[in-house]
Amino acid sequence: MQFSENWLRTFVNPSLDSDALNHALTMAGLEVEGMGPVDTPVAQDIHQVQGLNDTIFALKLTPNRSDCLSITGIAREVAAITGAVLKLPEIVPVAVKGNKQKAVHVDEVAACPRYCSRLITGVNAQAKTPDWMLRRLEGSGLHGISAIVDITNYVLLETGQPLHAFDAVKLQGDIRVRFANKNEKLVLLNQQTAELQLDMLVIADDTGAVALAGIMGGAVTAVSDTTSDIFLESAFFTPTVIAGKGRCLGFSTDSSYRFERGVDYGNTRLALERATALIQEICGGDAGAITEVSGKLPKRQPVRLRLARLLAVLGTSLDEAAVAKLFDQLGFNYKRTAGVFEITPPSYRFDIGCEEDLIEEIARLHGYDNIPATIPNTDLRMLPLPRASLNPAWLRDALTASGYQEVVTYSFVDEAWEHDLLGNAAPIALKNPIASDMSVMRSGLWGGLLDTLVYNLNRKQERVRLFEIGATYFKAGGGYKEVSRISGLAYGDAAPEQWGSAARDVDFFDVKTEVDLLTNCRARFIPTQHPALHPGQSAQVQLDGKAIGWLGKLHPKWQQHYQLPRDTVLFELDTASLLKRGLPQYEEVAKFPPVRRDMAVVVDEKIPVQALIDTMLAEKILLVSEIALFDVYRGKSVAENKKSLAFLVLMQDTQKTLTDAEADEVMAKLLKSIVRQHDAQLRG
Amino acid sequence: MDNLDHIIPEAQRDFAACKTVTGLEEAKARYLGKSGVLTEALKGLGKLSAEERPAAGAAINVVKQAVEEALKIRRDAIQSAEQAQQLAGEALDVTLPARSHGKGGLHPVSLTLSRIEELFHSIGFEVATGPEIETDFYNFTALNIPENHPARAMHDTFYVDDKHVLRTHTSPVQVHYMQDKKPPLKIIAPGRVYRVDSDATHSPMFHQVEGLWVDEDISMANLKGVVQDFLQRFFERDDLEVRFRPSFFPFTEPSAEMDMSWNGGWLEIGGCGMVHPEVFRHVGIDSEKYRGFAFGLGVERLTMLRYGVNDLRHFFNNDLRFLRQFS
Repeated sequence: MQFSENWLRTFVNPSLDSDALNHALTMAGLEVEGMGPVDTPVAQDIHQVQGLNDTIFALKLTPNRSDCLSITGIAREVAAITGAVLKLPEIVPVAVKGNKQKAVHVDEVAACPRYCSRLITGVNAQAKTPDWMLRRLEGSGLHGISAIVDITNYVLLETGQPLHAFDAVKLQGDIRVRFANKNEKLVLLNQQTAELQLDMLVIADDTGAVALAGIMGGAVTAVSDTTSDIFLESAFFTPTVIAGKGRCLGFSTDSSYRFERGVDYGNTRLALERATALIQEICGGDAGAITEVSGKLPKRQPVRLRLARLLAVLGTSLDEAAVAKLFDQLGFNYKRTAGVFEITPPSYRFDIGCEEDLIEEIARLHGYDNIPATIPNTDLRMLPLPRASLNPAWLRDALTASGYQEVVTYSFVDEAWEHDLLGNAAPIALKNPIASDMSVMRSGLWGGLLDTLVYNLNRKQERVRLFEIGATYFKAGGGYKEVSRISGLAYGDAAPEQWGSAARDVDFFDVKTEVDLLTNCRARFIPTQHPALHPGQSAQVQLDGKAIGWLGKLHPKWQQHYQLPRDTVLFELDTASLLKRGLPQYEEVAKFPPVRRDMAVVVDEKIPVQALIDTMLAEKILLVSEIALFDVYRGKSVAENKKSLAFLVLMQDTQKTLTDAEADEVMAKLLKSIVRQHDAQLRG
Repeated sequence: MDNLDHIIPEAQRDFAACKTVTGLEEAKARYLGKSGVLTEALKGLGKLSAEERPAAGAAINVVKQAVEEALKIRRDAIQSAEQAQQLAGEALDVTLPARSHGKGGLHPVSLTLSRIEELFHSIGFEVATGPEIETDFYNFTALNIPENHPARAMHDTFYVDDKHVLRTHTSPVQVHYMQDKKPPLKIIAPGRVYRVDSDATHSPMFHQVEGLWVDEDISMANLKGVVQDFLQRFFERDDLEVRFRPSFFPFTEPSAEMDMSWNGGWLEIGGCGMVHPEVFRHVGIDSEKYRGFAFGLGVERLTMLRYGVNDLRHFFNNDLRFLRQFS
């Protein structure tokens, strides 16, 4: 809402300069988002010629304050804030001449509880809009169109009541307020042909809809230079009936903007009188009697304000007399009994429905600045600190310490990433994406990481380590499910270029270190296939028997697709699984040193190391505390397609020192198991 | 018996001339070896009478001990010198860079979120989370924003289907939490939110932190106090002022915009207010017994102010040259 300060000051003139008025409005909840001199060239001329100084205020009004969408409303508010006297223009009904009236039938009284109208005949539609009116319209950002339209706009700005003038000659028969019929169409003032929906309220004549009620008139019945008789409408339409309809058609008007927020139903008739008087003054003409059809208007229910509640909610002190004075300034009528005000809100206030609304009125007039800032007195109980769910911060810290940089990428991604990298044929699509490459919700994080990689390679980065923690989105039943994932990407040299070690590309096992770190070395890696990954260098990561993610090298075809000169290794893990940790349970530390024995075996190249370890562990030998691989050898003295694997075995007896014979026996048992299962041969 | 005293300075001179432990051993032999001077002298004791022997023996021993002492001192000196030489040879250029696996870092938004969490945790706030694909009900209706309410137009909403949206704020987490738990409640809810808006100062995805405190005696003065305390601690500035301006959010009443003093002016930092009784009604909390305040903070805004970042778009471009500044 934009307006001329001079115009406002004709209604209320507090002893505040423009800046102080700006501050007072802002601090009362009518945020002034702009303030400045009149800036249209025409207005500047007037300025100079007439020596007028005016300032334009632009308010950013919240949707609850429809009552301030007019000079009258803002003036009322300024009076309430400052206590200055309010002088609204007195509206005197015009003298009725002639007995012409148009019959009005309101079929939908709930949607249109009040419809006032009258005919004004013999007007001069070509009359010139007076300068003072044009100035005020321009101050509110409106341009002169024609005297009749300008007058309806002027009354809209002055009173907040939208009006519509029809060319009465072009209306056929009676006027009817009804919902649109099926397949009904209407060419609007903006020349747009509206396909009317059944829930759109229209003003119709015998030929069909002539206006979209409260939103925009029709082109056919619009006033023009040749108009001599007008049918002037001032109505109250129920906010919920108008709400959202303009948006359906792709626009909002000054009228619909006000109706959907609430227009003062106590002012419908007076606004019509005000407009009639101005039309007669400027365009002449004879006014017929007002036709008023009224149904059940909204009824303002009394709202109680308990002083004690007010003080408790605000946490401040304020006496009853001060509260009463603020209600007086607001122009609210109230009944008062010990500590309780009973207010019946005025017809222009659509935002006073409960006690809290009144508390806010008092608070903002009293001044939020005058409410102290205090710290609550509260009982102090400690928060739970469950061991079973760790703070995810440690995941971030772990990867950061390993040289990874955290990134935040968009949750909505290119659909191709979902198809290509994740094999997701039916991702969750947005109905109104902001861009075609941000149209579906991600089900994995690799797309965003690869995109970030490419972005940074284009900026001459050569070695990149990235990670992200964030939600991934899935369809589940009729709804959706979100899973937090932690994902990493490694590209380029295994280590930053340095003097102490030879450069080589990052590989699967470099990044496996990170997965081990995050899983506390408890993960198992199962060879797997994944659309994004190299078929021979990809693993499913399992924790406690549950698949929690993947680790692998980017498939060469995607490497080529993204034009990545070097290898990229990726992982992605389920965050929640990483945050579950059991409580450690103490076990007796053996008094005797452990015994270590090594064993090298030759097996077929295809046999995974994990299989051998599993077989040995399956023997369940209590003395064995650890079996680990420490060397892999291929080459001289090992046959083609074979590999030599060296294991260390740690043995521990908690009760006594292990004898050589016992250790030998354990090693023999372990060897036997892998010989049998995997055709392993002891290497001499 | 000859006087043996002259042997001590001779030995000291001999030992001092030795540069290596091997050389020193050879010199030692001349005095203490099988046919060394002192060994010979001791052998000569047998030729003396029983009366002369003790005094002569004692005299030899005094000289022998002195020679041994001189030997030890010289041996230590040679060994120290040799070790010093060896260590000198092992000296490194300690300014050579470390063997490195590179430097990582957190995203600045992450840094801000953990700072916010830590500050609120210090006064007993728990972290709560909720879905980002939210139902129409939780995102709007339960927050007192019915269908077609003009307030919905303030939220440029991404729609997933007729019933689901990408949450436009973190406020729905309040509702989920209040449905599940009984007051008193003290939570913050950090997370991603979405609006159909993209330009230099708007990102279609950004982060908010919602705060909620519900108890029997919570007031708007408390809201001011807690928010002011937070902002002063967050920015580490005790002189930072906070200003509340009346505003409108359907789910709080009274509502306020929070402004913070900054470089001589005021900066909008978020919205807040007292939880609307209608919201309490939706979650079955008696608004006569309990009151609460809620606030929402823009995480990117706080991050920009704290680090002096001047362009919102940096946060989601993920340029490593930008991100590495925060590690």
